[in-house]
Amino acid sequence: MIEMTDVSKTYANGVNALNNIDVLIEKGEFVYIVGPSGAGKSTFIKMIYREEKPSDGRIMINGHDLTTLKEKHVPYLRRNIGVVFQDFKLLPKMTVFENVAFALEVIEEPRSEIKKRVMEVLDIVKLKNKARFFPDELSGGEQQRVSIARAIVNRPQVVIADEPTGNLDPDTSWEIMDVLEEINKRGTTILMATHNRSIVNTIKKRVIAIESGRIVRDELRGDYGYER
Amino acid sequence: MKGRTLVRHGKEGLKNLGRNGWMSFASISAVTIMLIVVGVFLALILNMNHFMSSVEEDVEVRVYVDLTATEEEQKELEQHLHDLEQVERVTYLDKDEGLDQLINSLAEEDQEAFESLRDENPLNDAFILEAEEPQLTEHVAQQAEQLPHIDRVDYGEQVVEQLFNVTSVMRTIGIVLVIGLMFTSMFLISNTIKLTIVSRQKEIQIMKLVGATNGFIRWPFFVEGLLLGVLGSVIPIAAVVSGYSYLYTQFGERLSLDFAELLPAYPLMLQVSLVLLGIGALIGVWGSLMSVRKFLKV
Ligand SMILES: Nc1ncnc2c1ncn2[C@@H]1O[C@H](COP(=O)(O)OP(=O)(O)OP(=O)(O)O)[C@@H](O)[C@H]1O
Ligand SMILES: [Mg+2]
Repeated sequence: MIEMTDVSKTYANGVNALNNIDVLIEKGEFVYIVGPSGAGKSTFIKMIYREEKPSDGRIMINGHDLTTLKEKHVPYLRRNIGVVFQDFKLLPKMTVFENVAFALEVIEEPRSEIKKRVMEVLDIVKLKNKARFFPDELSGGEQQRVSIARAIVNRPQVVIADEPTGNLDPDTSWEIMDVLEEINKRGTTILMATHNRSIVNTIKKRVIAIESGRIVRDELRGDYGYER
Repeated sequence: MKGRTLVRHGKEGLKNLGRNGWMSFASISAVTIMLIVVGVFLALILNMNHFMSSVEEDVEVRVYVDLTATEEEQKELEQHLHDLEQVERVTYLDKDEGLDQLINSLAEEDQEAFESLRDENPLNDAFILEAEEPQLTEHVAQQAEQLPHIDRVDYGEQVVEQLFNVTSVMRTIGIVLVIGLMFTSMFLISNTIKLTIVSRQKEIQIMKLVGATNGFIRWPFFVEGLLLGVLGSVIPIAAVVSGYSYLYTQFGERLSLDFAELLPAYPLMLQVSLVLLGIGALIGVWGSLMSVRKFLKV
């Protein structure tokens, strides 16, 4: 499903964010990406939906080589990958409803279907009553939940979440985890970068630990590690 | 693209127009100002053109027949004139008609003095020549001068030449001015829209990250630009049409000396309106698409 071969990333400013990454993630897996701040977790994630291109190496998604993927095909790749961005990336001039609906509008779903599906996912993330709010009228946690709703609304094959519980209280965090586990059970591959020790240690999944741009640990049913 | 998506883009473009309130207002104002100027100049130039071509058409060569010429010689002369190249028409004007014309062209108080000339008409019989092209008038006159039994040839030498010079200079100035203004305002529009887009750069990037194609992002901007241009042309069209109609009813008839008359408001104003609407829509769309282009490379 997702395969990285000897991938390195050096940003334009010379920062060496990732070095010689080799990883294989199968369809339907649930994977935590852990590691200290600045380790390269977000960079790893961004290369999968092609926000960043690797400086070296090869990335294959569903049999497509991202390094040779034509620019005009990138939108179609992204439609199969739902992303919960670390900084939410909500459209400021659109309401909650419109933000979530956008992911369905780009694939030209019928209006009635859009309405139904958006209300469904807003219900899941407990934001049905704020559908008409604009992002700057929401708390950080609420914005994060809109981002989650948008990522899952078109039922993508892969959901990538960059610290989806970073701004949520413990109760809401667990609810979001329920949602992710639920869509994982339906066959969706989930990648989740997180600093949340209790979640990783409680809901046991595969753990990939990155430090200074290298994979230092890759365990099925692993722990968060990093003693306090 | 599906129909509902087109509707979505239309709505989205309209919404953006509202949500970018002041920027939209600035763009519309810029279009409005430049279209007013273009409209005024257009009306002016079209009228000037009309005036010039009616003057040009009036240019004629008068060939006065020598008083001593016999009837036979006069016939011969007429034939020669007909045979001249580049002469379109030859009209005979005998001296009595000539005098009538002269008297009619004078102010009333002067007319009486000339009435007394009717008994002993001092004028010559004349042939009036019209050249195929107004510019050939001088050439025709020179050829006619070579013929026998001619008293003199008259075509208002300098006047004609100067008029032609003025006409072409005016036309060139007008065209250069209108084109210059159009480019200035296109530049203005595209810059104004670019400003609104710079502030939306992040939005465009987000849309692309969520799987929107360039075309999908571009459409609402297309609609928005079109609306900016069309809205910007409303006031200019209203102003130019009503202003011109007013001028025409006020001065249209009074001004109608036979060489200077205003073009009637219809169909001129319909044409000018369509041109203004077209220019508005064109620069709106052009400006928005130009400015969105470089932000799509995310
Ligand atoms: N756009 C960029 N340009 C230059 N350097 C960058 C860019 N993005 C990230 N970096 C650098 O790359 C390194 C890895 O950053 P990254 O965002 O991947 O870390 P992270 O593991 O996600 O950290 P956090 O847990 O704080 O989110 C850091 O040193 C960062 O400064
Ligand atoms: Mg990060």
